[in-house]
Amino acid sequence: MTSPAKHILVPSHVKLSDKEKETFLQSQNLTIKELPKILVNDPALIGSGAKEGDIIRIERASATAGKTFYYRVVING
Amino acid sequence: MKPQFVSKKIKSISFAVLSPKVVKDMSAAKVVTPELYDREGYPVDGGLMDTRLGVIDPGLVCKTDGLKLKDTLGHFGYIELARPVVHIKFIRQILDLLKSSCRSCGKLLIPEENTAKYRNLLNKMGEEEGFESRRRQIKIIVDKYKKKDKCPHCGGKQEKIKLDKPYNFYENDTRLSPIEVRARLEKIPDEELGLFGFALGFRPEWMVLTILGIPPVTMRPSITLESGERSEDDLTHKLGDIVRINQRLFENINAGAPEVIIEDLWDLLQYHVTTFFDNEVPQLPPARHRGGQVLKTLVNRISSKEGRIRHNLAGKRTDFSARTVISPDPLIALNEVGVPQAMAMSLTVPERINEWNIEYLRKYVERGSKVYPGANYIIKPDGRRKTVTEETKEEILEELAPGYVVERHLIDGDVALFNRQPSLHRMSMMCHHVKVLPGRTFRLNPAVCNPYNADFDGDEMNLHIPQTEEARAEAQVLMLVETQMISPRYGLSVVGCIHDGITGNYLLTKELVLTRLEAVDLLYACGVDDLSRLPNKDKIDGKEVFSVLLPEDFNFSGKDKSGNDVKITNGKLKTGLMDKANLGQESGLMLRNIYERYGAAYAAEFLGKVSKLGINVLSRRGFSIGIGDMDLTNETEDEIKSVLERAELEAEKIIEHFNQGKLEPLPGRSLQETMELRILEALNRARNKSGDLAMRQKFDSAALVMAKSGARGNALNIAQMAAVVGQQALRGRRIDHGYSGRTLPYFKVGDVSPKARGFVRNNFKSGLTPYEFFFGAMTGRDALMDTALRTPKSGYLYRRLSNAMQDLKVDYNGMVRDASNRVVQFAYGEDGLDVSRTKNGQVDVHRIIEQVIGGKE
Repeated sequence: MTSPAKHILVPSHVKLSDKEKETFLQSQNLTIKELPKILVNDPALIGSGAKEGDIIRIERASATAGKTFYYRVVING
Repeated sequence: MKPQFVSKKIKSISFAVLSPKVVKDMSAAKVVTPELYDREGYPVDGGLMDTRLGVIDPGLVCKTDGLKLKDTLGHFGYIELARPVVHIKFIRQILDLLKSSCRSCGKLLIPEENTAKYRNLLNKMGEEEGFESRRRQIKIIVDKYKKKDKCPHCGGKQEKIKLDKPYNFYENDTRLSPIEVRARLEKIPDEELGLFGFALGFRPEWMVLTILGIPPVTMRPSITLESGERSEDDLTHKLGDIVRINQRLFENINAGAPEVIIEDLWDLLQYHVTTFFDNEVPQLPPARHRGGQVLKTLVNRISSKEGRIRHNLAGKRTDFSARTVISPDPLIALNEVGVPQAMAMSLTVPERINEWNIEYLRKYVERGSKVYPGANYIIKPDGRRKTVTEETKEEILEELAPGYVVERHLIDGDVALFNRQPSLHRMSMMCHHVKVLPGRTFRLNPAVCNPYNADFDGDEMNLHIPQTEEARAEAQVLMLVETQMISPRYGLSVVGCIHDGITGNYLLTKELVLTRLEAVDLLYACGVDDLSRLPNKDKIDGKEVFSVLLPEDFNFSGKDKSGNDVKITNGKLKTGLMDKANLGQESGLMLRNIYERYGAAYAAEFLGKVSKLGINVLSRRGFSIGIGDMDLTNETEDEIKSVLERAELEAEKIIEHFNQGKLEPLPGRSLQETMELRILEALNRARNKSGDLAMRQKFDSAALVMAKSGARGNALNIAQMAAVVGQQALRGRRIDHGYSGRTLPYFKVGDVSPKARGFVRNNFKSGLTPYEFFFGAMTGRDALMDTALRTPKSGYLYRRLSNAMQDLKVDYNGMVRDASNRVVQFAYGEDGLDVSRTKNGQVDVHRIIEQVIGGKE
């Protein structure tokens, strides 16, 4: 089965490395608790190897900004 | 007595069911008689108005706490029910428990080995996903075991339990009396209740009432009618019924009456207790007054729109507010509101006396409450309030000293909040300065109609007078009209010149040349007194007159409505006209630039002056519209006629082609659709062409000036009046409703010619034929229905949206967060722009560069 994450209409979901995650949280002055969530079994995460506590960066097309990044923390349902 | 304040922080609130013992313990009295008062009108001991339950009569003292009327909070009492009755609000829980517990041993119908497993599961869910999902899970588990017919613990056979709504339980076909129900519930062991989500210490048998708590007298006060008669509260009535039946039941039981009679009374008691809690139980007839009016009992008091929550808690009424019809006054400033004098005399502003203003405030008190501007009340330093009347005036004037507060009438310049419902955006409530005027309506500058979405066909608006210095300061800084000029929705001005304001400036800057005398007079009328910038010549161009209003160092270049350049250098309008594109609301680009450079207050004042200039130009020049504005020359009329005839011929040809099957279908369309589209296209082309012809030959009629300047109306309106109304359409198609094969009996069946399908070839001036008029009425009604149906729908949609987003906020670094500080958006609007600081959503990079490098290239 091909992963739905590769579908053209699914925005790219990228797992941040531990170091990226650290810098992201530092620079935005955020804690994991404050982030939006994504379920670990979300179809968009198939094949990404994401596990609970990881941060997923989603790159989306935006009507106002052209391209934006959105961040979600993986949770276990 | 001053109120005693206790300062405590509430840590938690828990809701639970009261046990009979608790009810008894918290009660101040036991009610045993349905009588309320004795012959002297004194509350009977042991009655429903027992003075131990609180007092509502002046002069009486509550026996429990010794306090007088208004001081005592009241105390609960209780009734001992002769027979238990079920509590209507716990029917569901009772049914669940009966169905899923064993009838002989009382244990839950879940095998021993599984209970521990489920308990763990539930605890985990409760911790992780909250109370709600735990409850859902309980339902699933209970449902799974409810239908077991053998107890896994004692092996006892289980019978089917049914609820006969609203409150009768049946096992197979024998009725379970509340006593039996209670006995079953008593058997359920404490440990098993946790699985149902009941808190420790709760016993299910409490859901079957043996003792009924009675609310204090103070929450069901009686009213004394003018006739001196007493009218009791609905709750008291209901409780009276309960007590009466209860006593009868007692007597009958003690007298050993036949079981049937007791059963009947018991049922009646159950009915009364049920309606005491909820008088809108679907299967029960509601309890009524003698007159047939439905009683308002406990649930009715709390729930629905008129209930305590939505009526009294979520929607409070406020003092220092006023409401009346609005009407326009172009002569008051943008940020003023005209308040009727009668209103100004009952709306008050508190002002504290000090040694510097005492003489000033004394004057208000001297004038009293009947003479404007006077004072209605004074407040002494001890907090007591005195009414200013002719009698008390002398006395008050004598004692007036620093520290007193005078509540004086509203005067010019006071701060007020002005609001029109529905309050859909923040500009729906703005701060205005009061201007007291004669008359009975609120007056507002027509330029602020747009943000309020107000018109003057009978609209009413509300006014609120802030009562403290903080509130006034906050209102003025955050809500004053000029601070709200730029819309946060699209970054353009929501106020601007309208109607005559635009037309006048358009004419002035386009064609008027005034004598020096006229120019001075005109500017003076708009509140300009510095005329040094008016060129010193005899004939003064309109542009030069307009330029006097502009700031001296103002530079602007843009486009007018028809796309021509507008250039302002050093406060002089060099080229271009002033029209809607630069002055109007929701565009107003020049206005927008003035706002940016010179600030809100300046922009508001400038707008006022420009508006007045436009209006005054028109009133001096004269401006009126008549039917002659729609006249066309004979040649043009002929031309239009031939254009229409040609179009009709073309349509005929298309129809002919269709009938002969020679029509080429458009891609993706059927032949029929192709024909329709082609006809529609031909007719629209003809309409546009005739409109252009009409527009081209008319110049300088009043209607055209208005359309060109953007003040009111557009080219289509003029074309419809002077040339041709054009195709009427329903749902994007030519009209094809009505009879089978035709729109009206006037036409032949199958006639698809333009005129039979709603093409109106006449114009409004020449008049419509009956069938044309009917087609026009069809589209008109359709549009009316559409708006009437759409408004409430979109209103509700908006309400849901705004309620869902009401506590989202942008935090210090531009992220959008919700009330619990969780991130919703990482940059506001994804681009992090404050729209009100942009021009129509775009950042004006050019202007910023110009500002930084100072206009150099």
